[in-house]
Amino acid sequence: MIPSSFDYFRPQNLDEAVKFLSQHEDAKVLAGGHSLIPAMKLRLAQPGTVIDISRIGDLSYIREQGDKILIGAMTTHHDIESSALLKEKCPLLPEVAACIGDVQVRNKGTIGGSLVHADPAADWPAPILALDAELEIAGSNGRRAVSASEFFVDMMQTAVQPNEILSEIRIPKTAKSVAYVKSAQKASGFAIAGVAVVIFGNQTRIGVTGVAAKPFRASSVENICADVEPLNDIHASAEFRAHLAQVNARRAVELARSRE
Amino acid sequence: MAAATKKYVGQPLKRVEDPRLIKGIATYIDDMTLPGMLHVAFLRSPYAHAKINSINTDAAKALPGVIGVFTGAEVNDKCGVVPCASQMPDLKNPNHKVLAGGRAYFVGHAVAVVVATDRYVARDALDLIEVDYEPLPAVSDPQKALEKNSPLTHPELGSNTAFTWTLANGDIDAAFKQADRVVHQCMIHQRLTPMAIEPRGCIASHHPGEGTMTLWTSTQIPHLIRTLLPGMIGVAENKLRIVAPEVGGGFGSKLNLYAEEALCCHLAMRLGAPVKWIETRRENAMSTIHGRDQIADYEIAVKKDGTLLGIKSRTIADLGSYLQLLTPAIPTLTGLMLGGCYKCKAVRMDVTGVYTNKMATDAYRGAGRPEATYAIERMMDVIADELGLDPIKVRQKNFPKPGEFPFNTPTGLTYDSGNYQGALKKAQQLVGWEKLLKQRDTARKAGKLFGIGISTYVEICALGPSKMMAAGGWEWGCVRIEMSAKVTVITGTTPHGQGQETSFAQIVADRLGVPIEDIVVMRGDTAVAHYGRDTYGSRATAVGGSAIVMCIDKLVAKGKILAAHLLRTKPNKIEFRDGNFFIKGSPKKSVTWKQLAPESYLAKNIPPNFEPGFEASSFFEPSNCTYPFGTHIVAVQIDRETGEVTFVKYTAVDDCGPQINPLLVEGQVQGGIAHSLGQVLFERTVYDENAQLITGEFMDYAMPRAKDIPEYLLGSTVTPSPSNPLGIKGVGEAGTIGATPAIANAVIDALSPLGIRHLDLPLLPEKIWKAIQQAKGSQK
Amino acid sequence: MKTLVKIKVNGVRHEHEVEPRVLLVHFLRDHCKLTGTHVGCETSICGACTILLDGKAVKSCTMFAVQADGSEITTVEGLARDGQLHPVQEGFWECHGLQCGYCTPGMIMSAVELLGKNPKPTREEIACGIEGNLCRCTGYSHIIDAIEFAAKKMAKKGAK
Repeated sequence: MIPSSFDYFRPQNLDEAVKFLSQHEDAKVLAGGHSLIPAMKLRLAQPGTVIDISRIGDLSYIREQGDKILIGAMTTHHDIESSALLKEKCPLLPEVAACIGDVQVRNKGTIGGSLVHADPAADWPAPILALDAELEIAGSNGRRAVSASEFFVDMMQTAVQPNEILSEIRIPKTAKSVAYVKSAQKASGFAIAGVAVVIFGNQTRIGVTGVAAKPFRASSVENICADVEPLNDIHASAEFRAHLAQVNARRAVELARSRE
Repeated sequence: MAAATKKYVGQPLKRVEDPRLIKGIATYIDDMTLPGMLHVAFLRSPYAHAKINSINTDAAKALPGVIGVFTGAEVNDKCGVVPCASQMPDLKNPNHKVLAGGRAYFVGHAVAVVVATDRYVARDALDLIEVDYEPLPAVSDPQKALEKNSPLTHPELGSNTAFTWTLANGDIDAAFKQADRVVHQCMIHQRLTPMAIEPRGCIASHHPGEGTMTLWTSTQIPHLIRTLLPGMIGVAENKLRIVAPEVGGGFGSKLNLYAEEALCCHLAMRLGAPVKWIETRRENAMSTIHGRDQIADYEIAVKKDGTLLGIKSRTIADLGSYLQLLTPAIPTLTGLMLGGCYKCKAVRMDVTGVYTNKMATDAYRGAGRPEATYAIERMMDVIADELGLDPIKVRQKNFPKPGEFPFNTPTGLTYDSGNYQGALKKAQQLVGWEKLLKQRDTARKAGKLFGIGISTYVEICALGPSKMMAAGGWEWGCVRIEMSAKVTVITGTTPHGQGQETSFAQIVADRLGVPIEDIVVMRGDTAVAHYGRDTYGSRATAVGGSAIVMCIDKLVAKGKILAAHLLRTKPNKIEFRDGNFFIKGSPKKSVTWKQLAPESYLAKNIPPNFEPGFEASSFFEPSNCTYPFGTHIVAVQIDRETGEVTFVKYTAVDDCGPQINPLLVEGQVQGGIAHSLGQVLFERTVYDENAQLITGEFMDYAMPRAKDIPEYLLGSTVTPSPSNPLGIKGVGEAGTIGATPAIANAVIDALSPLGIRHLDLPLLPEKIWKAIQQAKGSQK
Repeated sequence: MKTLVKIKVNGVRHEHEVEPRVLLVHFLRDHCKLTGTHVGCETSICGACTILLDGKAVKSCTMFAVQADGSEITTVEGLARDGQLHPVQEGFWECHGLQCGYCTPGMIMSAVELLGKNPKPTREEIACGIEGNLCRCTGYSHIIDAIEFAAKKMAKKGAK
């Protein structure tokens, strides 16, 4: 319940935050806090310094740029859920946001914080993969962009290095033919099998979360888990996860098609 | 005569308790601070079973703000063992001490305690304690625990068997010989975690000058603690004050005296300062009692027309690793209700209580009776299925008729009153039975998995006659009409959400004929409520309310004497109605409490031998328990591909006798059904094969949420109980007891077209899906 | 090292020097002496600690007090005005939306936010709105009744 002691630093801008991060090995970035703080309360995470980036202006935004929409890493799940722009031009994201946690969690949790934490059962990875998003990472050498497929490296590990901060998520505008179907772990609400589908013309893109150690793009509904090893725990066996992935993928595709 | 007073009993009044709770100004245990108070934190074993070779507390002691760090070596011989009230003859008791001694025997077993000036410091100090554990083989499966080569939970006991117990009545062998069929089913009643939203906590304060101890604790049983604590801390009963402040839920998990409570008292004495302990959720999941956990083998001998001849059960009860207050008693309560609401001449239940390296089990909402009701109601469906009979007709065939009450069960109980057919009929009317059957037919024709489940249940509560209750089953009450004619009611029950501050005021207002705003109901402090047997077993209104009624009768009798004196007549010429004492035949010559009370206290004009004041206290000894009953009807639909269950209908008709406050009754029924819904569909306490607790937080122990709750159609019948003057049966656990089998039966009915006849709880989506797959496979 | 944290709680300025690790819920309870907000778990599920932070429902156990520096918080103690209960509080009282009362402050705050965003919610929308609040006593039905009651009352008030 009670975290261990730490030093607290509130940078004024992203460069300051990155600089501090490179100078302090056991520092952790605090965004919405809904992945980090629970871990700290259980003392599973005990950073020496916490860098609170919540006051850095202009890290929370949703804006159009050409055929893309740019989302600041500190944008809350709630802001995504209620964004008129996204509902119109990339409705998959508000649909997914509405499935995350609960109202209070969505008011504080951020898309950036969640993505970097990379819980294998979090919701965001599925649409990020299905949309083939681009993720911008700020480091001491400036900004660099990484594709969604390169972003997720392993369970709770992403392409974001210890001295870097995720700054922006760039997603393509889509038609209405999108859907997210999720089977939730009953206690926590995290995904046992969450499937996001984006239909682009005759291309169907499928992103899957909750099933394996890291989220993945599936090439087909039928062989959705062909290239992964589904997780096994008290909430669902590997066999059931694989089955639900297929069922939810099929249902998501049907739902997406019906919205065309 | 003054106007008739308003009637309150039977009204759905809003609660007197609520203003402080909705404003956030009530006082729960963690809201309290005492001057000089210190904070306690426990270091708990991460192993299910381990030798403790050494504990190094030096670094912890040296942390600024730490006042003391103690291990079993320093406190165990100064405190008694955790009490168990069960008096089973062959019970092997491992004698649970306040801290682990040389061995930790369950995950969460407290091995050291830190006392510090600040709760954050206390937590930090835990990380500085070094314990040298030597892991030992752990016992996790209670059936394997009984095998010859199983490791032992307590090596010194020589076996994992804690006790064996048998209930046998009637000629069971004859019953089985006469049977046309013996229907057999194994069932698992999975372990559950009560998870009251407020975890446990206490503050102990010792007053060395007077040698008295005050313990404020989030408990259901301040009075029972006052009786039991002397054995643990050596302070006499009459120097103990136990206070239950506002308590954030109990459900049986706070019906206990825990090691932590006694240890805090000891530390308060030892350190000369008040000490506070507040449990974390993980501690609550690990070291507050668990519920249920029985594996049973049922056999029922039946005639081919569905008549029950005999019921046999062989049960293994996984008690966990030690005994709390009622641990061994719980499965015996299952035995008492084995026959449910059916006539059956012969029963036999054999229970083996088993020790495993887990937290102790004890009473959890229903305490042994949900197991019995679930079993018999599941079996009635299985019997119907095997004999090709209608599940409703099978039940009706075996109901005692209203004229057959009081009804003697083969388990040795006497059901006070009942009308099982009446409740069933009303439930069928409410739900639209014929229409529902058609709805099922239509759904099935369309290939849906649609099921209807019922339970016709009876349960035993309003505990109870003192002969069957280890510490006595009476209840105490006191009613005082103050000089101002305001009324103070004191109850020895300890409500923690059940609303007796309101319902008792309703009873008193009606019977004394005073405005309800003039009444205050006090509870929970043994310095105020001198005696009591507290709240559990759905007893507060039936037993506690009856004690209040006895007090009122005494006050009215006394009032008549004084009224007669003031009205210059004889007491036998006085009538009392609606708060007025008047001369029979001359209602204009009357006095009210407003006139009587000051006369009695000022005592200037009282009759000879009349004691001043208007206070009465009474002990009510119930002649029997009470037996609420009802029918729940549930319809569900199952998603074939995901195994998810959706409610289509939920109807319940419950009979708890006359209802003092229908709003409160509805709340208890709905709350109880939610517990059942959890038990049937997703709740379970999971230990792995090494007895590691997996469901240690709300992240892994699934709790019912608002989205899970169906829309209810609730009704009631009213069959008074002859067991108490209010005729009340009690309703706190009835919802939980009646709902579990109804929901389970609905799910199984939905799967029955696939040839599935039973699945154990919880009916998780994966379990349902696997059963569907297997059924498909076997149909090929 | 302690920092000075300044938070306006229920319209009153509170300033306390606390370690950065002090949780917002402990700041409110132990430093501001507002014990209406409760703690029921440590994994941010139960919602008993829910407060309004700059108008939004937030679990105060999942924030450090320092994060809330400079913000405005409403706790359950701040809802009633001049002795008048908030309609949500009234609804809980009228409809028996509480039994032990422990989850109630958090539940009420979530309901206040819900009705602020959605003044005419369906029962299903209410159930979603309180998904982040666990109750073990009531079985939720009366809680939903309470919030419906409040919605109607607030609509009447608004219409006047």
